[in-house]
Amino acid sequence: MLDEAVIQRTLGAALRTGGEFAEVFVEDKRSSSAMLDDGRVEELSSGHDRGAGIRVVVGDTTGFAHTADLSEGGLRSAAEAAAAAARSGGGGVKTVELTRRETTPLGPIAVMPQTVGKGKKVELLRRADEAARAEGGSIKQVRARYGDSRRQILVANSDGLLTGDDQVRTLFVVSTVAFGDTGMQTGYESVGRTIGFELFEKHEVEDIARESARRAITKLDARPAPSGTLPVVIGPGGGGVLFHEACGHGLEKDLIDKGASVFKGRMGEQVASPLVTLVDDGTMVEEWGAYAIDDEGSPAQRNVLIQDGVLTDYMWDFLRSRKDGRPQSGNGRRQSYQHLPMVRMTNTYMVGGKSEPDDIIASTDHGVYVSSLGGGQVNTATGDFVFGMTEAYLIENGEITEPIREGNLIGNGPKVLTDIDAVGHDFAMGHPGMCGKDGQGVPVGDGVPTLRVKALTIGGTAA
Amino acid sequence: MTDLFEVADLVLAGTEGDEQVEAYVARSRDAQVRVYEGEVEQLSTAETLGVGVRVVRDGRQGFAYCGTFEPGAVREALVEARDNAAFAEHDEWAGLAEPDGVEPPEVDLWRSDLLEVPTERKVALAVELEHAIRSADPRITGVESCDYADATGELAVATTTGIRRNTRSTNCQLVGYSLADDGEASQTGFGFSLGRSFDDLDVEQAGRDAAERATRMLGAVKPQSAKLTVVLDPWVTAQVVGIVAGTLSAEEVVKGRSLFAERVGEQVGTPLLTLVEDPTDGRTWGASEIDDEGLASRRVPLIDAGVLAGFVHSTWTGRRTGTASTGSAVRGGFKSTPGASCRAVVPTPGQASPDDLIAGIDEGVLIQEVFGLHSGVNPVSGDLSTGAQGLRIRGGAVAEPLREFTIASTIQRLLIDIAALGNDLTWLPMSAAGITLVIDDVAISGQ
Repeated sequence: MLDEAVIQRTLGAALRTGGEFAEVFVEDKRSSSAMLDDGRVEELSSGHDRGAGIRVVVGDTTGFAHTADLSEGGLRSAAEAAAAAARSGGGGVKTVELTRRETTPLGPIAVMPQTVGKGKKVELLRRADEAARAEGGSIKQVRARYGDSRRQILVANSDGLLTGDDQVRTLFVVSTVAFGDTGMQTGYESVGRTIGFELFEKHEVEDIARESARRAITKLDARPAPSGTLPVVIGPGGGGVLFHEACGHGLEKDLIDKGASVFKGRMGEQVASPLVTLVDDGTMVEEWGAYAIDDEGSPAQRNVLIQDGVLTDYMWDFLRSRKDGRPQSGNGRRQSYQHLPMVRMTNTYMVGGKSEPDDIIASTDHGVYVSSLGGGQVNTATGDFVFGMTEAYLIENGEITEPIREGNLIGNGPKVLTDIDAVGHDFAMGHPGMCGKDGQGVPVGDGVPTLRVKALTIGGTAA
Repeated sequence: MTDLFEVADLVLAGTEGDEQVEAYVARSRDAQVRVYEGEVEQLSTAETLGVGVRVVRDGRQGFAYCGTFEPGAVREALVEARDNAAFAEHDEWAGLAEPDGVEPPEVDLWRSDLLEVPTERKVALAVELEHAIRSADPRITGVESCDYADATGELAVATTTGIRRNTRSTNCQLVGYSLADDGEASQTGFGFSLGRSFDDLDVEQAGRDAAERATRMLGAVKPQSAKLTVVLDPWVTAQVVGIVAGTLSAEEVVKGRSLFAERVGEQVGTPLLTLVEDPTDGRTWGASEIDDEGLASRRVPLIDAGVLAGFVHSTWTGRRTGTASTGSAVRGGFKSTPGASCRAVVPTPGQASPDDLIAGIDEGVLIQEVFGLHSGVNPVSGDLSTGAQGLRIRGGAVAEPLREFTIASTIQRLLIDIAALGNDLTWLPMSAAGITLVIDDVAISGQ
């Protein structure tokens, strides 16, 4: 992407004011999308972003600048701005010897989306629209979106690292609106993978569309959700966001270091039910949160965070692992070259257990079954978190009965982790997600088997 | 420095035949300082720029963008947008904005003095805020982050249909996140101050708010489930009004996704409620002289004494519904095409102060923060459920803090159940201004 000698000189310029560490992150990202709405292919969009972010670290201070100008002059200006921002008393000329490290790709990309004709992408949208509407006359509106991106990155730093990655993602989303006696309800289904257009050899868009329509239609009969505290059974694949919010963010070392996590100082302690083993794994081939290297050049890893309920590890980025004198964990990510990296999750999931999923439901007298969760949010300092139910049912006398309307669930992370009293053997990965932190969004994956939380507060309106 | 119209003209010069072409050219300069324990933790400076190109050809629209002004990339975006248009389906209402005779309001959003502020003063102010939070109360145990940020933004929109307008603005903000601890549990809070000029920032106020928001939650308990009167503070109301405003986009209406389609002229809420979309008011965060298609910003009545007055329109929704744009085209930046959306909703204030309103409530909850609105609200069905925290109201006065509960209703019910609005209109960095709002009969879910 850039000449090695130019990178070396840019790093040199970045270190001129006495920086201890300098890094050049170059990104070239091409994305395309196509949208069908209201029965019509509305718009195709193409984008190209290209630029470099340069950071300089002095002590605990990081200076940062970015530029869309990848000429040597443009890079030098950015390097000088970053260096000025991080300036210290020192100075002098430092030279950097770069050693190129080849990246082992996670998996092959069979069909680069950029090589696929736009007509083929549009055809997927029409097929999805037709399949969703065929689910029933109550489906009144369908929005289908196709998206792909190819993100090529280069990371070079003053430790001599020079490496890169080529990340391809493909996504298909169908949103539907059903109309009935009780008003409108919505359905949503998405499939996203860190692969190319071969996604559609593995997934039929008709299946995605039908699932979306089924959700909307099911909710037309939904009753108001209960209020109060009840046992909650979460279905396989649908509830990974529970762990993302309940403890994932709280295990990010930047938040730990600032005292903003309820998991601070609890390493080695029993923080969850012995049934809980939680993993963050950036190496899961094809999964939405996967990559070969993170945005600081560190290879993705499989990190066990909680083993049989015992807290075994946090997640780290370059700065935090440097401070603590330990290896990086492959969790340093950034939204784009315009952002500084920080500690982020990749694919976060709970390992399957031994129980029969049917037995978990049958042994729940009165509760809620959530087959699909939407987004969520957590306050890591208090541990309080919420997440939305996008498809849920009542459990009455050990059986799943009527659907309930949408609402949030609220709980407290450490308490919920210890309240997990049954875990099924039916592990499944969930939907592609976008995780927001400090204004930056990055793609993440999650997964869970069927599991039960003894008590969660349901944010409904029914008594 | 490159003039934005020069870049726009480069795009328009590539027009072929009778196609319509639009160039949306944006540039911003940002500075951000984050301090931690008295030292600079991060300092970044950056310029972000780019061009979004729309082409409408034979009733088909295509779009492409590039994050640079480099002429080769800009020309490539036009070619790509034209190619994309060929794959869209014919739309009889497709078309770019045309001059509509409305002059942009005079809203002065640019303060050149902000550009002169040296980095040292920005750092010093952030350090001062951190100190203010820490020294405000002995129970404050930390400051998670303390940021100063400023930005200057410039925009030019030009089309082959005769639009040629530009605008620019400055803003700055100071935000601190606090941690408090009473030995039992931690609580968090935040405080901020906003302005267009550096001198607008009030570090004392931001520090007091951040400390108070965290410490007042110490000892919070989970309430029993109940139906109660809730009082939303302006920060919360602004978020709820933003959700209501989202359903008043003509785009959602014509695509059959709005609760309020077909209801113009009907009573949809309490007669106490009047909402106006007013980006011509320089005090709103979304204020602007023009919208994102280059048409003049203007006042749009949304709800008038509880009666639904109308929707906000872009050029496309205006054509499709046989009306006209209300100057409400909004984009997420140069990387996206415009939709119709509110950006500056202003509620009409009531008579009573927040204290007087609370004094009239025997049993209720003052909601001071909500979270999970994005996951707990379905603007199509109207279901609304959100995590919340706040203070118990007992006998007309605020009492103990409450946490880990939800409040739930529907958007439809909420508008009817509003019992009073305060006199405390508050300008916030959101798509709506805030105000104290009293709502009867809201489901609280806790123990």
